[in-house]
Amino acid sequence: MPSNKSVSDAPITQFINCRILRDNELQREDLWVREGRILDPEKLFFDEQGYADKRVDCEGSIIAPGFIDVQINGGYGIDFSQASENVSDGVSFVAKKILEHGVTSFCPTLVTSPPEVYHKVTVSFLSVLPQVKVHDGGPHGAGVLGFHLEGPFISAEKKGAHPEKYLRTFKSGGLEDLMEVYGSLDDVAIVTLAPELPGSQSVVRELSRRGITVSLGHSAADLSQAEEAVQHGATFITHLFNAMLPFHHRDPGIVGLLTSDRIPAGRTVYYGMIADGIHTNPAALRIAHRAHPSGLVLVTDAITAMGLPPGRHTLGQQVIEIQGLHAYVAGTKTLSGSIATMDMCVRHFKQASGCSVQEALEAASLHPAQLLGISHKKGKLDYGSDADLVLLDEGLNVKATYISGEEETGPPVPSYMIDMVLMD
Amino acid sequence: MRLVILDDYDLASEWAAKYIRNRIVQFKPSADRFFTLGLPTGSTPYGCYQKLIEYYRHGDISFKYVKTFNMDEYVGLPRAHPESYHSYMWNNFFKHIDIDPANAHILDGNAQNLEEECQAYEQKIAEAGGIELFVGGIGPDGHIAFNEPGSSLVSRTRVKTLAKDTIVANARFFGNDLSKVPTMALTVGVGTVMDAKEVMILITGAHKAFALYKAIEEGVNHMWTVSAFQQHPRTIFVCDEDATLELRVKTVKYFKGQQPTRKWRHLDKPPLREGNWTNGIGRQNLKEQTHD
Repeated sequence: MPSNKSVSDAPITQFINCRILRDNELQREDLWVREGRILDPEKLFFDEQGYADKRVDCEGSIIAPGFIDVQINGGYGIDFSQASENVSDGVSFVAKKILEHGVTSFCPTLVTSPPEVYHKVTVSFLSVLPQVKVHDGGPHGAGVLGFHLEGPFISAEKKGAHPEKYLRTFKSGGLEDLMEVYGSLDDVAIVTLAPELPGSQSVVRELSRRGITVSLGHSAADLSQAEEAVQHGATFITHLFNAMLPFHHRDPGIVGLLTSDRIPAGRTVYYGMIADGIHTNPAALRIAHRAHPSGLVLVTDAITAMGLPPGRHTLGQQVIEIQGLHAYVAGTKTLSGSIATMDMCVRHFKQASGCSVQEALEAASLHPAQLLGISHKKGKLDYGSDADLVLLDEGLNVKATYISGEEETGPPVPSYMIDMVLMD
Repeated sequence: MRLVILDDYDLASEWAAKYIRNRIVQFKPSADRFFTLGLPTGSTPYGCYQKLIEYYRHGDISFKYVKTFNMDEYVGLPRAHPESYHSYMWNNFFKHIDIDPANAHILDGNAQNLEEECQAYEQKIAEAGGIELFVGGIGPDGHIAFNEPGSSLVSRTRVKTLAKDTIVANARFFGNDLSKVPTMALTVGVGTVMDAKEVMILITGAHKAFALYKAIEEGVNHMWTVSAFQQHPRTIFVCDEDATLELRVKTVKYFKGQQPTRKWRHLDKPPLREGNWTNGIGRQNLKEQTHD
């Protein structure tokens, strides 16, 4: 017996017995969903004289906006940077699997690769069915928000696991270099580059103008170079502390952006943190969080091996070795990426920083949405937002994931080995 | 008149909620025969609503066959404003119970034609068969709904300009900024409430004591519009000790003496009786407790 149908015929779902993350706090409220969006129940009651068709009893769970992962290189044996024939299949496969971790939207990340890889990926996306264009999530998996192109315009000194021979600099004046390497910028959400490279400032401006988020990373820039890039439009820092100059009290480097007073008014600089307990010492995580809590964005930077057992695997153009929870460039002790899942990162972040449940959840949902400029429809449980939800228990373990109000997956099969290590 | 005096606000709210619950249950409402309830807003009935929600959650009452008519609503305040009476009723009552939205009636302070809205409201009440039980509160100036001092005691639903007392009393909901408080409201008339079969007025707090005194110990007077209910055949005033502060001791003793201790509790579990060392009831209470 739903509404008088003056607005819509679609069925209405009411989530009861839950606590929802809204207005920066956990409220004891019901959540109403219709046609894949969060519904205002008061308007429904008075305007349409309607009520719910279906009630879902959440048994006291927490409902948070679905997590958004803006840096993920692959997983479950899939490597986005491998120039395979069916890139879109790979992205779709991972999109489906990460639903179990509460991730409802993500940016497939490509590390430094030769132009052929980029062209294949972007062209195949253009030419084949639009499966890996920017699209919303659904039963097929989490939504793709656009690519995160990490490199190749990065610093040789701070390349980390990226292959040196494919690094590039800006030769002909910015945009041309980009198009030559990437092929197309149509489905790109984020580009990571090193701002100390000559000619980068105009590139930063051009990318920002196109609505692409510019991120500083894999760079040896000092603070003033970083600030200049921010003034030209950069708004993100790729995995803070990693692949950049360490904080120094006379030249804080990129890390100094967290408390810089030369950020344009009204702008926030966000920074990615890999909170897996390995890439960042908990004390460093706390320093960053306390210095600039509203800019913290949890990322997994997950590599191919995420979700797989220990051993050797491929990332980009190199071979990686898994030992326990660590993933190294084979034969070295250089970290090549993490194999933590987003929900693990949320739990670890909360435990290491001592922050509230709300802050931990916002770092994985609201802040990435704000970074990408999509917080009007993602990352929040406000009326009218997309109903991408994750149901969690007290310990912030994923119980269920919903995309557009439809349940997509139950809880993940527990990865006991990884959990055990993280609990230390 | 019945004057029911409870020790404090919580007990008064509970008594009132139980009375409403019992009346609805005993009425046995159905699809052909709805129970019509008149409802107030404000801080006084808040505890009563909380209790009713508790009884609903416990399964003691359903609002499926109950029609409600609220007393009043501000003019010109957006319906979604957190201080509108629509918001109050939604957040504090409707969203927690099983009432059919089509049966919850509140005056629309943003209607195109306010006069027509008021007349339509009277019509709706008539079509529903009149109000079985009208629950109301009292203002510090003795008003019922927004029938300010000077309102006709036979008035019907209409637009009213609010008195200074009322605006000041409501300022606390608008950040203590007098300029933000609405100055007009739609309200049921004194006559409209008098038409109900039964009226229950909730009065709690020392700041209402003088108004209660004027309402029940002085004459019927349009300056204290609640006094009109002296001429209603079935009125109950439910109050706490503080609200009786301006009454004569004789009045209070008379009505307190009338209060039966167990008569209205037959729908509850039996209460623990007062025990002392001579009557041995304490031991009986212990037995009753363990059986629960």
